[in-house]
Amino acid sequence: MSDPPPGVSIDSVTGIDVSLSVAGPGARSYAFIIDWHIRLILALAWFVLATLLYNGSFSLQPAYAPSWFVLALVPSTAIYLLYHPVLELAMRGRTPGKRSAGIRIVTRAGGPPGAGALLVRNVFRLIDSLPLMYGVGLTLMVLTRECLRCGDMAAGTLVVYERSAADTELLQNAARRVGKLDTVGAEIAADLLERWTSLMPAARIRLARQLLERYLGAEADLSDGDELEWRSRLERLARPE
Amino acid sequence: MTRGANNNGARQKALAAALLGRTQAWQEADRRAARLAHGRTDDTADATRLADDYRLLAHDLARARALMPASRTREYLESAYARVHATLHHGAWDVGSALRQLFLIDTPAAVRWLLPYLAWATLIFVLAAAAGFALVHRYPELIALFASPDMIANVESGKLWTQGLLNVVPSSILSVQILSKNIVVSLFAYCLGFLFGLGTLYILGLNGLMLGAIFAFVGAHGLAGELFRFIIAHGCVELSVLCLSGAAGAAIGEALIRPGAGGRLDSFRTAALRTGPVLIACALLLVGTGLIEGFISPDPRFSLPTRILIGVGYWLLMVAFLSGRLFAWHARRAAVAGA
Repeated sequence: MSDPPPGVSIDSVTGIDVSLSVAGPGARSYAFIIDWHIRLILALAWFVLATLLYNGSFSLQPAYAPSWFVLALVPSTAIYLLYHPVLELAMRGRTPGKRSAGIRIVTRAGGPPGAGALLVRNVFRLIDSLPLMYGVGLTLMVLTRECLRCGDMAAGTLVVYERSAADTELLQNAARRVGKLDTVGAEIAADLLERWTSLMPAARIRLARQLLERYLGAEADLSDGDELEWRSRLERLARPE
Repeated sequence: MTRGANNNGARQKALAAALLGRTQAWQEADRRAARLAHGRTDDTADATRLADDYRLLAHDLARARALMPASRTREYLESAYARVHATLHHGAWDVGSALRQLFLIDTPAAVRWLLPYLAWATLIFVLAAAAGFALVHRYPELIALFASPDMIANVESGKLWTQGLLNVVPSSILSVQILSKNIVVSLFAYCLGFLFGLGTLYILGLNGLMLGAIFAFVGAHGLAGELFRFIIAHGCVELSVLCLSGAAGAAIGEALIRPGAGGRLDSFRTAALRTGPVLIACALLLVGTGLIEGFISPDPRFSLPTRILIGVGYWLLMVAFLSGRLFAWHARRAAVAGA
């Protein structure tokens, strides 16, 4: 099994420490790319719509008039540049990209960062984005144990993984499936059965075979069969005793 | 032995199944924490139940860590426990109160803390301006280092480059160009404190040298009064803000050069968090100076006394804002309401 991701532990009054799993450069870059696309699309959409409305014709020729400047260029630039600070403030350290990557910004005490910390974190993007494509920020993230970019160091923040409440449905299904399986197996079986129809047919059979082999070993019935047959074998495995 | 191992395995499975059966309780705890964290409820019963949720999650997490360390159940419980912990220890999050805290409390406190740095940053800027003035006064050809050939040609022909500026660029466009340039310079003066203060020193020194050099050059052509007339309305705040962001950058630099017992990273973090609010205030103030520089400074219809009134008035407003006096009534009202 691979090493667990680096984490930060916070003492609590219950004696059970709060453990935060730090998000690595991969998850953070994924979130950034999603956010970058969203802000680019929003800024471009505003610019195109405002210019079309301003011109009153199907033309994107810039007018260079003060009112066009104020109505089209300034708001679209503001959307692009203020996307991160405004959304992180409004969404308590999240953005749509971070949410889809399952990560969020927290303080070193585990709480949501204050307005000052979030704004400082964004000011330091100036340094992190140097010389291009977030070169400084990515290098620092790779070199530091807690995957910190300059903005995180300045603001005292961490970006951590968080499991959403949506996972509880899967856990409830897993609870019903603790039969011959251990908890991890029950979770995998529940996940596989839930995603069965969205998987490629070959992948369904391959994954079901792996799970049966792992938990039943020599007793597993691995003879050929169609995917319905494999599904029923999997359901038998995951049925409570 | 085998029987004992089987019994142990069965016991583990039974415990795991019992634990997973409590998923609904965890989900409820998580929802309650989210409601309280977003300030969507002020029900005291909800708040009291959250303390019970905290204990429940701590208990179940400890079991999950022992029984199923590599499972999603443990990961989910870690996150839910962290969320409830944060809600209990940090209270509800409200953008309005976070911004009020930032501008009414954090910014004045940061400015007070920065006063010694501000004195040094201002001294460096003034000395650099004096050096620039002396250099160009003594060696006029050095102006080519600070000004563009067009600017020099304009001044040599007896007019400032600012004259007729509004005929070339509309005020609104000019304002946005100026304010964005100023905000970027100011943010860089702060962020480059990261280079042990050297970047901040460079920006303060360069801007001071340029100001002094240009004043010496236009003075030699009898246009110093005209330049003063152009600068006074926006310059008071613009130059103060540059010194202030330079002071914040210098504080960051000093934190890196002379870290305390906590180490360099800790010292940098403390200085950045302490000075950060000032930068946000600086950016807001520069929006104002950009508007003045675009609409008022190049407009010949504004007389010198009006320009001085605007410049000094805006500067006093800045001092009141940064010292916390501008919103002192708000703090008093909050105190009365609290009493």
